[in-house]
Amino acid sequence: MMKRKLLALTLSALIVPAAGSALAQAKGKISGDVVKIAVLTDMSGVYSDLGGKGSVVAAEMAIEDFKAQAKPKFKIELVSADHQNKADIGSNKVREWYDTQGVDMVTDALNSAVALAVAKVTTEKNKIMINAGAASTRLTNEDCAPGNVVHYVYDTYALANGPGKAVTKQGKDTWFFLTADYAFGASLEKDTTDAVKANGGKVVGSVRHPLNASDFSSFLLQAQASKAKVVGLANAGGDTINSIKAANEFGLTKNQTIVGLLTTIIDIHALGLPTTQGMMFTEGYYWNLNPETREWSRKFFSRHKKMPSMLHAGTYSAVTTYLKAVQATGTDDTATVMKQMRATPINDIFAKGGKIREDGRMVHDMYLVEVKKPAESKEPWDYYHVKQVIPGDQAFQPMALSRCPAVKK
Amino acid sequence: MTEIFGVPIQALFGQLMLGLVNGSFYAVLSLGLAVIFGMLNIINFAHGALYMAGAMLTWVGLEYLGIGYWWMLLLGPICVGLIGIAIERLMLQWLYKLDHLYGLLLTFGLALMIEGLFRDLYGVAGQPYSIPEELSGAFNLGFMFLPKYRAWVIVASLTVCLFTWYVIEKTRLGAYLRAATENPKLTQAFGINVPLMVMLTYGFGVALAGFAGVLAAPATQISPLMGSNLIIVVFAVVVIGGMGSILGSVLTGLGLGIIEGMIKVFWPEASATVVFMIMAVVLMFRPAGLFGREK
Repeated sequence: MMKRKLLALTLSALIVPAAGSALAQAKGKISGDVVKIAVLTDMSGVYSDLGGKGSVVAAEMAIEDFKAQAKPKFKIELVSADHQNKADIGSNKVREWYDTQGVDMVTDALNSAVALAVAKVTTEKNKIMINAGAASTRLTNEDCAPGNVVHYVYDTYALANGPGKAVTKQGKDTWFFLTADYAFGASLEKDTTDAVKANGGKVVGSVRHPLNASDFSSFLLQAQASKAKVVGLANAGGDTINSIKAANEFGLTKNQTIVGLLTTIIDIHALGLPTTQGMMFTEGYYWNLNPETREWSRKFFSRHKKMPSMLHAGTYSAVTTYLKAVQATGTDDTATVMKQMRATPINDIFAKGGKIREDGRMVHDMYLVEVKKPAESKEPWDYYHVKQVIPGDQAFQPMALSRCPAVKK
Repeated sequence: MTEIFGVPIQALFGQLMLGLVNGSFYAVLSLGLAVIFGMLNIINFAHGALYMAGAMLTWVGLEYLGIGYWWMLLLGPICVGLIGIAIERLMLQWLYKLDHLYGLLLTFGLALMIEGLFRDLYGVAGQPYSIPEELSGAFNLGFMFLPKYRAWVIVASLTVCLFTWYVIEKTRLGAYLRAATENPKLTQAFGINVPLMVMLTYGFGVALAGFAGVLAAPATQISPLMGSNLIIVVFAVVVIGGMGSILGSVLTGLGLGIIEGMIKVFWPEASATVVFMIMAVVLMFRPAGLFGREK
């Protein structure tokens, strides 16, 4: 009697979990029944206004909106971390997320150096990174990983191409570069130089300045002495802001056009319109484009107290796109979700008819904008004239030029 | 046109002038550090953060209270000085008997906290501050277009440096201070309130940082990170000039500003490192710094 009871118990102990897991598999193949999304960003350094807490807010909004609209059966969790702009901290954090926290997808991931490191870990662990923050074209070229990495918002090619073409065609055909002395600056300068030359312009010189330089007047004086018609700023964040400020003080803006190659609405807001009026650059997003963007951005503003940068809107869109793909396929399996995302055009507040290309590049329209004069601005954050909508296939590097080994024919 | 290594001599004069402007900031900041180190033996890592606080207060004064630049030039240093006095009374005074390292760690922690506070309040992109009406525009010096404001920075900071040097080296108050540093017990025995002097010295030292902050406000974007970008260079200036030497820190500040300005023309990539290269060389031959005395 005892023996039989024991046997029955043992058997049931063996059978029940097996049945349970079979049931779970049938219900949908979502690991741990939770879809876990991670925002990796700079929370405290030079890029923390560009991404930072705003990106977390955007991801939260995306999850809330998705839950309300799609009523998913699976649970969604959001985690976030500060990578301090250090590639090693970023990749270690992501490794921990994948290994022990069950994270399925990482987004934002601004800073090219961090992004490239995270892309490696993501490929190794076969997870997904939808990068909404980094600029380097390497993510879809030399270091491409089309099975795991999507480059979502912008890159140095797209930034360079808009103003490189438009400004040169206006007859402002001699350029001088102020370049941040690291990989990103060099790549931005190179891409712009290509665009300028392709449109009949000439580059008369450049100066490499250290990252986070405390004073730019000396470099700007060299730009002034070059007599170039255009001074291109191949830098970002605080460096761009201080360059523009000094350019005004030293009267460069009277005879030369300043083009901030990576300028965002955050920089314009920080500098104010009197200093920045007339500047031209490429943006991936502008809150005041149409009623839809206005509505979403106002909602974002009410939570973050700042209008969204293209990184914030991009993060929102990236999370939404990912969740939709998980919902449609009923799984968080990397290959399946990637296939679904590639097959579905992206239509939301960020992109219209956006498409993820085979090299991982998300192709969508970009905007060539000009900063308004103070008198033309009707309300706070009303900063841009959209001069031109650059269609996605012209904004981004054509596939024919791709250096991505995985798709090269 | 005459050229030196392919650079027109007029452009070179322009760069020298700019070097002098940057040197003025280095001078005021390193002077504050030197005064504090000379009198208190504290390596004040919070100096950069307090410089930033000076600039931030200037902006806050205009934005929320409508106080203009000229008043803030007076009020900014006083506010920062009062913050300094609070720091000295509440925290630093307990550390004088201990190793230098404790003061360094405490002030470093404070620097992180002050920076974090402003970052949390205002973000890192920074705040714009326009140049006061009276100083906008520029002088045409023939060889360059020198914004009036930059010229004012040189005048204002050199005046403050000269004043500080005079007070410490030539007045009775300065004599008390120097005596209190040399032998606090004996000085106290003569009826001089040494803790009070020390407190005021720290307050004055950081007020100099606040003053530099107010001066910098219209010239650069006011961001919580502006101090940490600058402070390491300023420390190198103090080390090169000689820890605690007042005249040394002022002269070194100006000199290094000029050298840095030259490097920005001939080898811009190295402009962030040149100060440290000089520091290494100076330390090899004169470990106490150019103007320091060996103890």
